[in-house]
Amino acid sequence: MLDIQKIRADFPILSQTVNGKPLVYFDNGATSQKPQIVIDAEVKYYQEINANIHRGVHTLSQLATDAYEISRGKVKVHINAKHAYEVLFTSGTTHGINLVTNGFASILKPSDEVIVSSLEHHSNIVPWQMLCEKTGATLKVIPMNEHGELILEEFDKILSEKTKVVTVNHISNALGIINPIKSIIDKAHAVGAAVLIDGAQAVPHLKPNVQELDCDFYAFSGHKMCGPTGTGILYGKEEWLNKLPPYQGGGEMIKEVTFEKTTYADLPHKFEAGTPNIAGGIVLGTAIDYLNNIGFENIQQYEHELLEYATKRLLEIEGLRIYGTGKNKASVVSFNIDGIHPYDIGSIIDKLGIAVRTGHHCAQPIMNFFCIPGTIRASFSFYNTKEEIDAMVEAVKKAQTMLS
Amino acid sequence: MTIKEIQDEIIDEFSMFDDWMQRYEYIIELGKSLPLIKEEYKVDENLIKGCQSKVWLQGEEKDDKIVFTADSDAILTKGIIAILIRAFSNQKASDIINADTDFIDEIGLKEHLSATRANGLVSMIKNIKMYALAFDAKNKN
Repeated sequence: MLDIQKIRADFPILSQTVNGKPLVYFDNGATSQKPQIVIDAEVKYYQEINANIHRGVHTLSQLATDAYEISRGKVKVHINAKHAYEVLFTSGTTHGINLVTNGFASILKPSDEVIVSSLEHHSNIVPWQMLCEKTGATLKVIPMNEHGELILEEFDKILSEKTKVVTVNHISNALGIINPIKSIIDKAHAVGAAVLIDGAQAVPHLKPNVQELDCDFYAFSGHKMCGPTGTGILYGKEEWLNKLPPYQGGGEMIKEVTFEKTTYADLPHKFEAGTPNIAGGIVLGTAIDYLNNIGFENIQQYEHELLEYATKRLLEIEGLRIYGTGKNKASVVSFNIDGIHPYDIGSIIDKLGIAVRTGHHCAQPIMNFFCIPGTIRASFSFYNTKEEIDAMVEAVKKAQTMLS
Repeated sequence: MTIKEIQDEIIDEFSMFDDWMQRYEYIIELGKSLPLIKEEYKVDENLIKGCQSKVWLQGEEKDDKIVFTADSDAILTKGIIAILIRAFSNQKASDIINADTDFIDEIGLKEHLSATRANGLVSMIKNIKMYALAFDAKNKN
């Protein structure tokens, strides 16, 4: 059992009021709040060991480099990568995906195909569209059913020897559906395609095991898992990272530079040009430690309770419809009320201190599928409570009364 | 009435409300009573795409003034549109060009014009001014 009040005390932002009401923060899918230990670690870095990494022989540079590499090691263990050099620091999921699509630009041919899912965030659609435009390859889409679940039989139909990459999110940001990625990965591998998993929405809720999944790439952001903004990880299998060309040229990523030819550094530095977000990278390790201390089993169990409670309470509201009704779900509830625009509900409940996301959640194809302009999305974290859910339900009811 | 006089009148009306809820309820009422835009004007060419709510705006010249009609799929946005139309419709192009929109802040609706809301209102004001600029330029020629 988690001591939620004790956990809440770790997050200074949660005790504030917004518009005169206690803050109820249900926009965790957009970004999580940060515990004091993470905030302190960021400050401590700048107060005590700030120096550029992998460059100086001086003590501070060594300390900063060690701390950065220790953090990489923590991520390696956390996601169960085979090697630490398969763990690349990025600025976030989007950066990780673009690094991969950029690399595939020199691999794909016009006859090749790329498969994305209909549940993707724009950041896992647009880079692949750009890649297809550049290479002449064809983009195919795994459709979903009315529960927001991917239709695997349809995936089987579009998967072929022509498929070179399959990309799908672990958990849908707009609906919270957990995708059957293991099965997708195995099927894709059977035709020789590489698989990228967008884990942005998964890592706050679970511990991905990249070796067990056998995915070729797994991208995620630090800021959704209690870490700083501007941090992220791209895991890539060694063989793939060796095959892909560098994403950006610059310092750090080279072995030797002459005007005739430059040879690139070994992994992971080949993909880490320039001075990175050193503090962020180090502190991401602190955030991972914090989450592991709470324990992902505990987090999942409690968040599932919140999901079930919120679903039950919200469905008490007349005319309320939940989108994403598949069985396998993370703690996200995406909903609308008959005849009311999500913007109106969101604006009114904001006045009541409730922070939710409204809109298309950067997943317009999903909204088009349901023929809606957007939804109201409440995404819960382990520091949220049932009382907060009650407050949201009351706020939504009030908004409904005002608007109808 | 001049645009400024109308804006002052709106500020006056809003000053009677004690809290946000009364303000919002009034805006919702205004939204509901906004005259319907002609179906023929509710087309993509008149659509101002915001990230969250859609706004349609149509401007026409009548005598030497511009008459605006508009609509939105979100009722709060529609209410604010009603306020903007009250201030800017049936006015001379040159007056619209020179008018400011600070009264929106003064009636406590500033957040609806912030970039994060992306509800088409900022673009709507821009488009109102664009209509005025276009008519003004045409009439000078």
